[in-house]
Amino acid sequence: MSAEPPAAARLTGVTQRYGAVTALDDVGLTLRPGGVLGLIGPDGVGKSTLLALMAGVRRLQQGRVEVLGGDMADPAHRAACAPRIAYMPQGLGRNLYSTLSVRENVDFFGRLFGQGARERRWRIDELLAGTGLAPFAARPAGKLSGGMKQKLALCCALIHDPDLLILDEPTTGVDPLSRLQFWRLIDRIRARRPGMSIVTATAYMSEAERFDRLVAMEAGQVIASGTPAELRAKTGTETLEEAFIAFLPSDKRGDHATITLPPLPERDGAPAIMAQDLTRRFGDFTAVDHVSFRIEKGEIFGFLGSNGCGKTTTMKMLTGLLDPTEGTAELFGRPVDASDLATRRRVGYMSQSFSLYAELSVRQNLVLHAQLFQFSRDRQRERVADLLERFDLAKVAEARPAHLPLGVRQRLQLAVAVLHEPEMLILDEPTSGVDPVARDRFWALLIGLSRQDGVTIFISTHFMNEAERCDRISLMHAGRVLAVGPPDELRAARGADSLEEAFIDVLRAETETADPDAAPVPQSGQTPSRPRSPLLSVGRLWAFARREGIELLRDRVRLAFALIGPMILMIAVGFGISFDVENLTYATLDRDQSAESRALMRQFEGSRYFSDQGRLTSLAAMEDSLRAGDIRMALVIPPGFGHDLLSGDAPEVALWLDGSNTVRAETARRYAQTAFLDFLVEMSETETGTTPEIYPANLEPRFRYNQSFESAEAIPPGVLMMMLIMIPTMMTALGVVREKELGSITNLYAAPARKLEFLLGKQAPYVAVAMVSFAILVAMLLTVFGLRVQGSAGALVTGALLYVGAATGFGLVISTVVRSQIAAIFGSAIIVMIPTVNFSGMLYPVATLDGVARGIGQGFPALYFRNISAGVFNKGLGFADLWANHLALAGFCLLFWALAAALLRKQEA
Amino acid sequence: MRSLHNIFRLGLKELWSLFRDPVLMGLVIYTFTGAVFAVANGVRTEVRNAAIAVIDEDRSEVSDRLRDAFLPPYFRPAPLIDLNQMGPAMDRGDYSFVLHIPAGFEADLLAGRQPDLLLNVDATAMTLAGNGTAYIRSIVQQELAGFLHSGDTDLPATLIPRAWFNPNLHSSWFFAVMQVIGNVTILSVVLSGAAVIREREHGTIEHLMVMPVTALELMLAKIWANGLVIVSAAVLSLLVVVQGVMGIPVPGSIGVFALGAGVYLFSVTALGIMLATFARTMPQFGLLAIPVFVVLYLLSGGVTPLEAMPEPLHSLMHLSPATHFTSFAQAVLYRGAGLGLVWRELLIVTCIGTVFLALAQSRFRKTMAAAR
Repeated sequence: MSAEPPAAARLTGVTQRYGAVTALDDVGLTLRPGGVLGLIGPDGVGKSTLLALMAGVRRLQQGRVEVLGGDMADPAHRAACAPRIAYMPQGLGRNLYSTLSVRENVDFFGRLFGQGARERRWRIDELLAGTGLAPFAARPAGKLSGGMKQKLALCCALIHDPDLLILDEPTTGVDPLSRLQFWRLIDRIRARRPGMSIVTATAYMSEAERFDRLVAMEAGQVIASGTPAELRAKTGTETLEEAFIAFLPSDKRGDHATITLPPLPERDGAPAIMAQDLTRRFGDFTAVDHVSFRIEKGEIFGFLGSNGCGKTTTMKMLTGLLDPTEGTAELFGRPVDASDLATRRRVGYMSQSFSLYAELSVRQNLVLHAQLFQFSRDRQRERVADLLERFDLAKVAEARPAHLPLGVRQRLQLAVAVLHEPEMLILDEPTSGVDPVARDRFWALLIGLSRQDGVTIFISTHFMNEAERCDRISLMHAGRVLAVGPPDELRAARGADSLEEAFIDVLRAETETADPDAAPVPQSGQTPSRPRSPLLSVGRLWAFARREGIELLRDRVRLAFALIGPMILMIAVGFGISFDVENLTYATLDRDQSAESRALMRQFEGSRYFSDQGRLTSLAAMEDSLRAGDIRMALVIPPGFGHDLLSGDAPEVALWLDGSNTVRAETARRYAQTAFLDFLVEMSETETGTTPEIYPANLEPRFRYNQSFESAEAIPPGVLMMMLIMIPTMMTALGVVREKELGSITNLYAAPARKLEFLLGKQAPYVAVAMVSFAILVAMLLTVFGLRVQGSAGALVTGALLYVGAATGFGLVISTVVRSQIAAIFGSAIIVMIPTVNFSGMLYPVATLDGVARGIGQGFPALYFRNISAGVFNKGLGFADLWANHLALAGFCLLFWALAAALLRKQEA
Repeated sequence: MRSLHNIFRLGLKELWSLFRDPVLMGLVIYTFTGAVFAVANGVRTEVRNAAIAVIDEDRSEVSDRLRDAFLPPYFRPAPLIDLNQMGPAMDRGDYSFVLHIPAGFEADLLAGRQPDLLLNVDATAMTLAGNGTAYIRSIVQQELAGFLHSGDTDLPATLIPRAWFNPNLHSSWFFAVMQVIGNVTILSVVLSGAAVIREREHGTIEHLMVMPVTALELMLAKIWANGLVIVSAAVLSLLVVVQGVMGIPVPGSIGVFALGAGVYLFSVTALGIMLATFARTMPQFGLLAIPVFVVLYLLSGGVTPLEAMPEPLHSLMHLSPATHFTSFAQAVLYRGAGLGLVWRELLIVTCIGTVFLALAQSRFRKTMAAAR
């Protein structure tokens, strides 16, 4: 620490293990301030882990990581230096929000770093102008091409003028022109801010030439470091690509040799693929515009073009995944037909994004596909073993793809695509993110397939050295094919030295007016505002809330479901749940056949509670009818009933009830007893002319709060309680776990934000939606159900606010615990529904609950809001009577916040 | 044959995915053990632990006798309160019933003037209010008859109610089985639908659709795999939790029930998949599923009697497979009905399920491919 300037980052003895896999093994390296350090190495050697550790988004296991003069294992230092670090994770736009526009995305990051409105405005303007994104400021990030996404991600990373920029394969899957622009942009930014240090990983050796220093990694260890020239000199090779291969241990190099393409033998017969004026529109956007081509059997046909130019859409139309809007496509001389299973067996397809099962192991994925292609058991074993070997997957055969690096996953996808030995391969950027050795091996395989087995290969790529290995290539841009021909011809036609130049030349001629290189270099002398990080920053909280809110507002379908669902349920459940049983089916077994027995039957027939199903002939018939569910109740009048009644012998009439539904049976018993008493009174009146004194005193029930004793008065306030917990919980329960599944959670890890700001920000928009829903539901209670706010409206609204606060908080707790969105949905359905419906006084009074159930009911917020809701609507109560419930709900809010904050991790494992 | 093989293989894959999510499996187990137990043991529709208070303005022998007649476990001990305490106490929900014995009650009673007793009932608790009132009435009349030394009430005839299948009308018998069924419904809709959405969000559906696998095979694989897990869990729950731990007799045939549950599962998992074709993302699906499973859970005759539902709703609920399955399960499990009596319900459930599946299939390819 004496004369040397402090390093921007220094790693010593860093070791990271995941299960049996050692990701990093005693790694040490130093990044000089203002330097650009490039990490190169095959897939899965620990480059991403290393970068994530430097960014502080992963928890360090062993060793020491010093960044910007402090220890990254220390949370206080991490929090202090987070505003000075920018981290761009691997994957195209993985940390962007796809429904937010370009400007909104950058704006969100600006807010996260506490910048004021004016500062954000000039910074965003400057960055967008500098990256050429200015014309697309209003476009949603999800609709950008891959290259534009990466530029946008860079804007987001640069908004706060970081001192350390960490880029994890920023240009993987990006076309050459965009790649060129991307690095030029970085150069210009460096020229402006010489103090900024950059560390990056890349799969393109041509890019690695630009970096000051390179670190070559292999199996979690640093195997070489130095300037690009030094590395080339050390191995005595001409290019970095060759140097890279030379550095590898000999067993990794395999049978590497320069790839050559034997000439395509003449073949006759129908072409393998024919496309005629193929067109596909999405709304008013034309993704593919009258594309025609013809590919012969056994040909390797390369598809090149900028990101988002329609390559993927064309491929999907060929596989039948998408129907063309216009034009025709033929495979093997037959029109593409989505339902044609025979053709599917002859085609292997690999999609751009990983589309295998992350929850199955590598071997299981291969076996599943072998089974789906009806391989015999022996052939399955043989083929899977062969592919594991050939694609260098044997070591990870039992690992799950979710835990494997991008390049290894791509190899697995390739293995699956060729598994059934198809006659045609349609491969959508199969080698993006794959290291040079593996790529060469793969190409050797493709060429073998094409030349020996006559397999037709239709492949898209961004690697120019791959394009040169194709028989013919086509250049595509903005949905149209610009040029088709053998690589050499295309290069010659443009008079370019390399295919890359030719390609860039063609694209430039086509691309938009605004060449970003011509745009002014961002010039800001102003230092970024870096306010001290307070305990709870309202600005950052608002940044999270605003972003979540915009996403919610853009998702109209979700918003509609969230508001309409409760309305439908209010009607269905409010009217449907009813204990006012009517029309109970019953039948009579009359063994007396007297005037009296008929009078008794008339009494039942006349009641609106009962519905007569006729006479029974025997007890056996009665049993059958009850068993079949045809009747719910049977009246058995004994022989001699009339006689005994008149002679005062007190005969007994049997009432058989279907006990399978106890609620119904109890109600039926009550009604029957009343009807029977009425019968006795009437009998007595007609026989003796006097009203008998059956009871010595009258018991007059007075139903308070619901005079007419109707379910339609008592149930709807409970439905309000149910809706205000189920929907908000469901909405927030997916919040955190979804960001985990889709990757944007990294922003929380990398940003100088506190957990509570993130959680409260997530919660706020859903509280707002829930309150809108509350207003709608209350309006329904007042109009449709004719209820009145008899008590204090203030108590109701305050209670609702606290209640939805607790509900959304509970959703966040679920979200931090579960691993998958499925578990979150299921958890918030079952965990919430059972106590809400059963233990919160909606159907059954809490006072009658026993033991555990009562405890669960009291330990859940629903009960307290139901007290408020029923208190205000049915009982006419106010704050004075209900405050204890408000207090309880507030307590739940605090409890759930504390729990969610405690359970949420601020770093990856 | 090839089709069956694919369905089988894809189903095995589905089972793997389920077992690989420990939180999800934990939730499934809780659903069929803890949740069933808590509800069946906790919820009562019979009068139990009812909170009653007495306003005694008579202070007589008979009023004391009435107050002492409210015994546990049916009632909590009845405290004496003043008339002016009644309002606030009932507002707070301290008491569900307050019996008001007016001054001079005993004198009027002895003089045969048929005096009035006033019973205040908290009618916001629908189940308790009705049955509790009837129960209190019979207690009061019995006590009064005893007080007047006339032995039993001398009615000219009596109605003797007997309940078949559940002689003492234990509500736990009812709730235990209905809870199992309700949870089956929620689980099936959510699991199958979410499994489809997950495949779509992860792009795996797209991959399968270029394989020699049809959409129908894919859906049937999900149906059998999720169905198998849920039917097994439900049957185990009936055998171990309901019959074993809770000691509730289940007179009917578990075999017939399992068959019916299989048919029902086909129907509701098909419903879940159909819903999934209407949602684009998991959050959308979650919100779409809520109204569906809440209605199926609450309005199928498993919580409140179907007969009590107002008309358009009552007929509409017959379109729900849950309504038919609930009535099937009640017939089979409680009333010991055999297949001969219930085959019609199963046929209807199958038909409804087939319609769901057909709808799902007609939308499947279009909605899945248009993903992203």
